[in-house]
Amino acid sequence: MKTMVTKMMMGATALSLMVTPTVWAENIKVGAILAVTGPASFLGGPEARTLEMMVEAANVKGGINGSKIDLIVKDSAGNPEKAVSFAKQLIEEDKVLAIIGPSSSGETMAIKKIAEDGKTPLLSCAAAEVIVNPVASFVFKTPQKDSDAVKMIYKEMNKLGLANVAVLADNTGFGKAGAEQLVKIAPEFGVKIVENEVYNTTESDLTAPVAKIKANKDVQAIINWSVSPAQSIVVKNIRQAGWNVPIFQSHGFGNIKFAEAAGAAAEGLIFPAGRLLIAADLPAEHPQKAMLLDYTKNYETKYKGEIVSTFGGHAYDAMTILEAAIKVGGNDREKVRTAIEGLQNLPGTAGLFSFSATDHNGLTIDAFQLMTVKNGKFIAYPAK
Amino acid sequence: MTTELFVQYLFAGITYGSIYAIVAIGFNIIYNTTGIINFAQGEFVMLGGMIAISLLPLLPLPLAIAAAVGLTMIIGALIEMIFIRWLKSPSVLRMIIITIGISILTREAAVHIWGENIRALPYFVGNEISTIGILGARISPQVLWVVGVCGVMVAILHLFFQTSSVGREMRACAANRMAAILCGINPRNMVTLSFVLSAGMGALAGCVMSPITYSQYDMGTGLAIKGFTVAILGGLGNSGGAVVAGLLLGAIEAFSVSVVPLAFKDAISIAILLVILFVRPHGIFGSGEAARLKAF
Repeated sequence: MKTMVTKMMMGATALSLMVTPTVWAENIKVGAILAVTGPASFLGGPEARTLEMMVEAANVKGGINGSKIDLIVKDSAGNPEKAVSFAKQLIEEDKVLAIIGPSSSGETMAIKKIAEDGKTPLLSCAAAEVIVNPVASFVFKTPQKDSDAVKMIYKEMNKLGLANVAVLADNTGFGKAGAEQLVKIAPEFGVKIVENEVYNTTESDLTAPVAKIKANKDVQAIINWSVSPAQSIVVKNIRQAGWNVPIFQSHGFGNIKFAEAAGAAAEGLIFPAGRLLIAADLPAEHPQKAMLLDYTKNYETKYKGEIVSTFGGHAYDAMTILEAAIKVGGNDREKVRTAIEGLQNLPGTAGLFSFSATDHNGLTIDAFQLMTVKNGKFIAYPAK
Repeated sequence: MTTELFVQYLFAGITYGSIYAIVAIGFNIIYNTTGIINFAQGEFVMLGGMIAISLLPLLPLPLAIAAAVGLTMIIGALIEMIFIRWLKSPSVLRMIIITIGISILTREAAVHIWGENIRALPYFVGNEISTIGILGARISPQVLWVVGVCGVMVAILHLFFQTSSVGREMRACAANRMAAILCGINPRNMVTLSFVLSAGMGALAGCVMSPITYSQYDMGTGLAIKGFTVAILGGLGNSGGAVVAGLLLGAIEAFSVSVVPLAFKDAISIAILLVILFVRPHGIFGSGEAARLKAF
């Protein structure tokens, strides 16, 4: 009896030894540095949840090329110093294949060089153009260019005959980079910036600066460039001052929560954003429509009570790009980097991505669509 | 500057100012009975707003606010009983670190319960775009709610401390703890009561300001810094001083916008805090002699 048990055990051990190599195929480690908490949590929260959802789905299907994905999410709370130490940790200790994030432009700029020196692909979910211009060979970004957003807004202003504008930007990397682009591109469109203010992301009431800008009779329109909840306060305070000036927002407005926070004051705002927000209204033949609806459905079923935002979409795009690149390049940082540069016409939530050695954003101005808010919902602009 | 602009700045200043004053008075109530600064004061404001928002689908607005204030008071009492009551003559430093810990703990609990999104109560009257004209300036009706509620709260608190026997007992503890014990007052209960009071005040302020400023799990820290500045400016423990100092700081912040770029607004209030701490640590309205006799 005893011998039989021993034999069986030996047999089981032998069997398990034979089986293990295939079951334990090397997992692919993907790092993510996201502002899950803190003032930029509007970005990092949906981004982290999107990544978790996608990795879970990919692993259920058996992973990529037979390897499962290990996602390591680090919460930077929007703090560049934390992002720096997490980036070093992910690259040197965890030896991840690639890093998704950070959520904000300031953090991305803080770790751009670390990723480059560590030869680890970085797929940033932040928008500022400086991230990919000048190009660093390992650094990519998924949101649309802020210069394109500026051009969309200025084009519309030209159409509406508005020339003198007041710029209000928040004090994040996104706000700063946007304000710089607004100033730089203004002469091209004959736009004059007559007021230029920066506000804090944690601001709770902006009646005073709004009063100051309102007192300047030259102002014909407002551009409110921000990615923080304070942008809704600006909009509210403008309308509360009884001022019916046209307001343009940046693509940082692409979370319905911002529109909800501004309530009735959000009606009629104009802003450029990716088509994710109006996926259901797109024509059936639009190349993005199917995947946009798919992402919306999956996200909103998994995270009940939440509505997709373009920010979660940026993480979706980063993961989609990474998955496509891993299929080509396998679990190798350099090969994955090269594979990303070779991706063409890959539909993402932000638009169709076509990368090259000189273009690490892969999107054109067509990725944007002007939108507005009507009855508390995002719809294509001009409203039909 | 036109009158219209002046009035507009003034109202902006009064709005910020009354909120700062309420937070500062919350600091003062606890300071007076315990001699410590409760750095979790801002979290009471956050809890008030957040709880009211969560109760709103179940209850009408006034009841939701009342329930939120009540619940926050209970939380205030629990915090005091769990973390502070059992300490035997703790040092000031230890108490400060404990309250900072409570503040972080509350914030983390809030982010787990409510998530990182901003939320807001609806406007009590009208909506986001309704305005009232006053001397050519236009303000949201909610501003009047904030100013009115804060004013009434300060008045009631004053009456409570001056005329009610419990209020007098609390003041007795603040004036001389040993003598109060000899008179049969239990100072530990008074400390719990002071946490309950300041939690309630903070929560009510958190509800009335929520439509204007939104509520978010991490709003407490910023408010605590401003409230602390105001408390110091008005003289720690001096609630009348806190009201004047709050309005003063609010007005300085609002009017500073017309002279320096907006980005400097917070720098101005922090600079004022530093100057006061260097030059007049007992505050504008506090007495230097009294301050020397205090432990902190």
